[in-house]
Amino acid sequence: MICIDNISIRAGEFTISNISFKIPNGKCLALMGKSGSGKTTIMEAICGLREVINGGIINGEKDITYAVPRDRMVGLVPQDNVLFPTMTVREHLAYGPLMRKWKKAEVHARVAEVAESLGISLLLDRLPRWLSGGEAKRVAIGRAIAAKPELLCLDESFTGLDRETLVDIMRVLKSTIQREKISTLLITHHQQEADLLADEIYNLKNH
Amino acid sequence: MGRPIVQSMKDSNQRKKHNFGIGGWFGAWLGMSLFIYIALILLLIVADVWYVLAAYWDNPGGVDMLDWDNLWGSVKLTFLSCTISAILSVFIAVPIGYLLSRYRFWGRSVIDAILDIPVVLPPLVIGLSLLILFNNFPPKILGWGVDSLDGYLSHIGIRITNTKFAIIVAQFTVAAAFAIRTVKATFDQIDPRSEHVAMTVGASRGRAFFDVVMPQSYRGIVAAGTLAWARALGEFGPILVFAGATRGKTEVLSTSVYLEINTGNVNGAVIISLLMIALAMITILTVRICTEKGAKYDMHR
Repeated sequence: MICIDNISIRAGEFTISNISFKIPNGKCLALMGKSGSGKTTIMEAICGLREVINGGIINGEKDITYAVPRDRMVGLVPQDNVLFPTMTVREHLAYGPLMRKWKKAEVHARVAEVAESLGISLLLDRLPRWLSGGEAKRVAIGRAIAAKPELLCLDESFTGLDRETLVDIMRVLKSTIQREKISTLLITHHQQEADLLADEIYNLKNH
Repeated sequence: MGRPIVQSMKDSNQRKKHNFGIGGWFGAWLGMSLFIYIALILLLIVADVWYVLAAYWDNPGGVDMLDWDNLWGSVKLTFLSCTISAILSVFIAVPIGYLLSRYRFWGRSVIDAILDIPVVLPPLVIGLSLLILFNNFPPKILGWGVDSLDGYLSHIGIRITNTKFAIIVAQFTVAAAFAIRTVKATFDQIDPRSEHVAMTVGASRGRAFFDVVMPQSYRGIVAAGTLAWARALGEFGPILVFAGATRGKTEVLSTSVYLEINTGNVNGAVIISLLMIALAMITILTVRICTEKGAKYDMHR
């Protein structure tokens, strides 16, 4: 359970305040709102990339409001993937587990498992520039979930994918987050994406 | 029914070149600019070669005025000092470039301006300032201590002024500033979110830098090193003032040219200049070829 408790965030000139929501394990909350309504800012604050000036972020029992990003057990899928151009798909999937000091055999097994569930087992030795849009998206998701995060942040991650690819990836993603009990925060302005993945919708313009 | 279009294209055995739209006045502008500048550079070299050949034609014995053993020493010292300066420059440029590229902090614009001082100052002034720094600063405090930085360094057996160390210090002072600019521009092109993603999955800021940013900026860092090397090779004013121009001791190639001109051997000076051009071309091309091969990927291909 991830609990966002009445947080305020400063983003340049303006402040976003009084944001509260909860995401139970294995459930997905869609954070919707117009461009400029501060969706990405909220997500950055949750990932520890932006300072929270008020309120708290609680992961289960732990208060992670002021923790560094690596101690928050989050995974992030940015809008345009931001894959690492010098790393192969395998290295992307192994990066999180290696950073968390897993044992070699465990990393190996986890990479195989994630690749299998996302359908990218055949791409493991490729570099990002040889991936299609849908494949790159799967790799970005795989990189985010490989280290078994407790919260997955999808920051308008599915903009620009064709409908068929979108439905396909959403189906895989849904089963993954339910199986691994990951709380998921989906940031989007497409109702369709929210319908496909989310259990609950939080609309920013109400605030 | 008319003939199918594909068929008619096959028929004409003269395949038209694709038109990239670089024709007319625009193409002429691009082409002329390149031509004029390349011609200027090449004419400089051709004129030098012509001068040497003409002088040799008039007086075949003239080349003997050069002390080749001494010149070889100068080549070695040049290569060594430039390489050390370039490596030191990159070592200092990478952290500073990253700091300037990623962080907004109080006094940043002041620091930015300070880093430009070695770029905008006349080289001679830098040499003079180095000379004063190492020989007349800091003053004695209440009669205690020595009255110069070199004085303090002499306690551990090092002397900078008028030694080979001075050459490196002089080269580094200017070259590092150029390397920092290049490295910063490279880091600016890398999306800060790549570090963000790496940090969320478990990397520290430092790990994210070495795992994600450094491999991507490989080319830019090599370019910075090459630029620093080239600056160091062209360095003359500060070396003359700070390291002196002592034959065979603190003599790098730029000093050699100066010394030859001073002794009236213009022909020898031109020969050394050509040698410098060759050395620079070989080094820069070697680095470029090696990095082309070494790069695992290329974002712009």
